[in-house]
Amino acid sequence: MAGDGTILETEGLSKEFRGFLAVRDVALRVRRGTIHALIGPNGAGKTTCFNLLTKFLQPTAGRILFEGRDITGLRPAEVAKLGIVRSFQISAVFGHLTALENVRVALQRQRGESFDFWRSEKLLERWNGRARELLDAVGIGAVADVPAAELPYGRKRALELATTIALEPRLMLLDEPTAGMGREDVGRITALIREVAKGRTVLMVEHNLSVVADLCDTITVLVRGEILAEGDYGRIAADPRVREAYIGSEEGRA
Amino acid sequence: MAARGEPAAIGPVVAAGNGLRHQHLAIAGMAAALAVAPLVLYPVFLMKVLCFALFACAFNLLIGYVGLLSFGHAAFFGTAAYAAGHAAKVWGFPPELAVLFATACSALLGLVFGWLAIRRQGIYFAMITLALAQMLYFFYLQAPFTGGEDGIQAIPRGRLLGVLDLSHDLVMYWVVLAVFLAGFLLIYRTIHSPFGQVLKAIRENEPRAVSLGYEVDRYKLLAFVLSAALSGLAGGTKAIVFRLASLTDVHWTMSGEVVLMALVGGLGTVFGPIVGAAVIVSLQNYLAGLGHWVTIVQGLIFVACVLAFRRGIVGELGRLLGKPL
Repeated sequence: MAGDGTILETEGLSKEFRGFLAVRDVALRVRRGTIHALIGPNGAGKTTCFNLLTKFLQPTAGRILFEGRDITGLRPAEVAKLGIVRSFQISAVFGHLTALENVRVALQRQRGESFDFWRSEKLLERWNGRARELLDAVGIGAVADVPAAELPYGRKRALELATTIALEPRLMLLDEPTAGMGREDVGRITALIREVAKGRTVLMVEHNLSVVADLCDTITVLVRGEILAEGDYGRIAADPRVREAYIGSEEGRA
Repeated sequence: MAARGEPAAIGPVVAAGNGLRHQHLAIAGMAAALAVAPLVLYPVFLMKVLCFALFACAFNLLIGYVGLLSFGHAAFFGTAAYAAGHAAKVWGFPPELAVLFATACSALLGLVFGWLAIRRQGIYFAMITLALAQMLYFFYLQAPFTGGEDGIQAIPRGRLLGVLDLSHDLVMYWVVLAVFLAGFLLIYRTIHSPFGQVLKAIRENEPRAVSLGYEVDRYKLLAFVLSAALSGLAGGTKAIVFRLASLTDVHWTMSGEVVLMALVGGLGTVFGPIVGAAVIVSLQNYLAGLGHWVTIVQGLIFVACVLAFRRGIVGELGRLLGKPL
């Protein structure tokens, strides 16, 4: 793993929706080269946090620092260009494009030709080799020419990962990568995340605690928009407040 | 987060795959058929079809490949008609310059309208384009150079490049065909360009395109300007052909008609708008005796399309053949 420095840091990050504080004074610190999990009961503000970090939402208060640079005022696409690439809860693929074309959309962005409407798309074929490598890396090289919409769910998520990695992100934000998956797929995706996380930094929202236990170096527990606890899995699992928050919220919803 | 899905619900036929040879053949076949068409059909009728076909193709670039429903495209068509008419008649521009000037005017207008409208999505985008187009309509109604209710009449067709006498319908037809094919091929190339690939990605999943680092508004704006410019090319050519630019060209019903043409032919298909334009223009010509009933027939077709065959004529045909057309 790379050095021990901080790659992403937030100070007093808050988001208010018409009087409802969805995220409250969050001070998050993600260390470079680690897999960091954001967990918590439903409605704790995890996805809102993701949307704030990637600027899909504008924070009401607070600052976001990426590699020491203040990115609080940037647009989502600018954040992405800096190397913070997110995934979505619902698998986000370009349905009518083939798996190969999906990955190429990510690859072509780095070159400045994406506005060229007078040139042939054959130009994009030079990305085919790299795109196939990426598809092979996530184990779906065999379906490269299948439209993404026709892929089974697990493979869509793998494709999404391949597309994300194509950008060589410095920080990957994965929003519930195993949501809605069968046990077999969960195992496969977990292994895949471990593989692609090598030499990278990952921040993920995850409900499946065994995945978190398996993968993550650091866990932050969010409850009602606030950080309740932080640490490695052993410490979090032993924390009575965390247990109470989970059980309490389960009862609350029952 | 972005509101997704309205255009996706209409759903283009699978745009994936590299098997485009059948499309290239179809384009060649279409060009050949259009070249000999005036032997069988009345050239003035054909020119009307071609002008509207180009207009519908330009409109389809937005709805079919970016997922943006503009309900104000008459503004670009009509502005170009006035610009070409004024330039040719008052300033004495030769036809090629008049049409180029008209295209540039529409592109500029597209830049302004697009810049204002693209900040909103879905129905709001459509409403803003409609509102802007209506404002422009009332401006043209009052402005002195448009001739108000009379429009600009007796626009000279002139000589193309000072050589070709366009007052002969057949000569005019070849020129219109060349303009149409140039515009159509530019749209076709745009769809199949690196830029077009990004447009499709935005249409499929806008938030994902953003998360990959695409400034989607800039792509939408370029697509909007292209669409406006090509609509202008169609409108300017139409004014030269029919020697007339009138309020009909900027009226909101014109915006509605182009939606109908694209829808009947098939949104997001390459050839759909052309077929749609041919169908609608034919109906207007051959049912002209019915007077206002034409509008009712059009309305019924619209309802039938939305209820029964959402993919449109070409879209359904493409599905039957298993190939995108």
